[in-house]
Amino acid sequence: MAKKLESTFKNMVLVLFTVTLIASSAVGVVYELTKTPIEQAKQNKKLKAIKDVVPAFDNNPDADKYTVDLNGETLELYPAKQNGQLVGTAIKTFTTKGFSGKFWIMVGIKPDGTINNYSVLEHKETPGLGSKMGEWFKGKGKQSIINKNPLNTKFIVSKDGGDIDAITAATISSRAFLDAIQKASNAYNKDLK
Amino acid sequence: MSQLNNFTKGFIRENPVFVLLLGMCPTLGVTTSAVNGLGMGLATTFVLVLSNLVISLVANLIPDKVRIPGFIVIIASFVTMVDMSMAAYLPSLHESLGLFIPLIVVNCIVLGRAESFASKNKAISSIIDGLGMGLGFAFALTLLGGTRELLGSGKLFNMEIFNEGYGMLIFVLAPGAFLVLGYLIAIINKLRKA
Amino acid sequence: MEYIIIIISAIFVNNIVLSQFLGICPFLGVSKKVSTAVGMTGAVTFVMVLATIVTYLIQKFVLDPAGIGFMQTITFILIIAALVQMVEIILKKVSPSLYQALGVFLPLITTNCAVLGVAIMVIQKNYNLMESVVFSGATALGFGLALIIFAGLREHLDLVKIPKGMQGTPIALITAGLLAMAFMGFAGIV
Repeated sequence: MAKKLESTFKNMVLVLFTVTLIASSAVGVVYELTKTPIEQAKQNKKLKAIKDVVPAFDNNPDADKYTVDLNGETLELYPAKQNGQLVGTAIKTFTTKGFSGKFWIMVGIKPDGTINNYSVLEHKETPGLGSKMGEWFKGKGKQSIINKNPLNTKFIVSKDGGDIDAITAATISSRAFLDAIQKASNAYNKDLK
Repeated sequence: MSQLNNFTKGFIRENPVFVLLLGMCPTLGVTTSAVNGLGMGLATTFVLVLSNLVISLVANLIPDKVRIPGFIVIIASFVTMVDMSMAAYLPSLHESLGLFIPLIVVNCIVLGRAESFASKNKAISSIIDGLGMGLGFAFALTLLGGTRELLGSGKLFNMEIFNEGYGMLIFVLAPGAFLVLGYLIAIINKLRKA
Repeated sequence: MEYIIIIISAIFVNNIVLSQFLGICPFLGVSKKVSTAVGMTGAVTFVMVLATIVTYLIQKFVLDPAGIGFMQTITFILIIAALVQMVEIILKKVSPSLYQALGVFLPLITTNCAVLGVAIMVIQKNYNLMESVVFSGATALGFGLALIIFAGLREHLDLVKIPKGMQGTPIALITAGLLAMAFMGFAGIV
């Protein structure tokens, strides 16, 4: 085995500096190479979330996005259009009242205000209980929010006198979920007025 | 040691997770499913092989007193490159593994192999050592992830084996990680003594 | 009171060891005696809070403005390694007995995923400097809490007869699993 380089102060500083320089440059190169694909991946993720909740569209909802301010909270709304006509609006809404804190939902609202579909984005609700909200509110009958309109239906859990059935044993998550949907609806209708 | 021996030691005899007890954090943290375990294992293998290679080549150019910081910088750069590549080309896996990808840099296995093997051996041996240890790590993580996924949600590699309702949720949560790993190590200890 | 929520969440609800799986190596390695566990907690707290402050400042005043956010991993780990070296030198002078007791585990704080993990987390969570300090301090306390409780449990385990195959690591892990289960009870406090 060849002799190791001596641990003199000059050698140590020089080597560390060179190693860091080469390492940083290499990383910088990879950074440049992956910058665009990373942006692309982020865009695709956003577009997919929008596509999941509104009817077919031919515009770029992200490019046409606008914001609505509600009591200090700002929501982002993404209008989806087909042939220039509004077919639905995807709204990125949130609630801070979750069992495990804040979580985000992408909800699609039809032009007349009825719920088209929704998709739960990030959340930390209890797996097996609150996490069921991903599918629960698309179910049948009183637990579903699909095709119902918060303007004429009470988007509150039945336990509290509302019209939507909460997830069994996950009332807090359910209340938080509906709170987020109501917030989205308020933002959408505030803008229409 | 023959190269074949060099390669296979990472799987059972000196398996980094089950025998050497290294790299515990990602082992417990990302093994909620077989895919996550495998993904993390392969990402770590990638870093391990590249850093082992570079370190075996430049070990003699780095003065002894600064070898740890020097190794760390080399390892950290490969980790950053893997992190960015995954964000670009494997976004959903990148999201599932999250914080644990940059944490590969403090995975004791990587620094450990660099210090105890790569800095003292030739390039080819170091590559094979890295490959063997990394794949042994990946094997352990996939095994752990698969067990937790199966017991916890009835699925394996995202394919449903039995109904989710029969799954025991605790296994995909924090305690489950400790429990399954504890039992796996006990079983492997028994097998090794046999 | 945002800070109270951060503190309770970091120590109990999202305990760094028992629910986020960071800091496992020292957790399993240094937890055989309560006294060493306490010493380790002190050292980790010091490094964790200091590292968080320094990495935070570097991120906000160097990495972000220069647009070289991708250098985060490399810079952060180098800062942590340097701080640990510093702590080693100071400890050797100030408390040689503690230095001896911690032994090889002191330099290993560098590879403690919890320290790097917390440094990265406060950037991801967009905390301001004060919140980051509170978060890192509370996280270190949570680490200490888990470590000390675990050490106490292991001291008791040493006095009991355990099946051969389970001795050592397996029984430690299963005990940790039960401890993690207990901590799950804190979910929902915040």
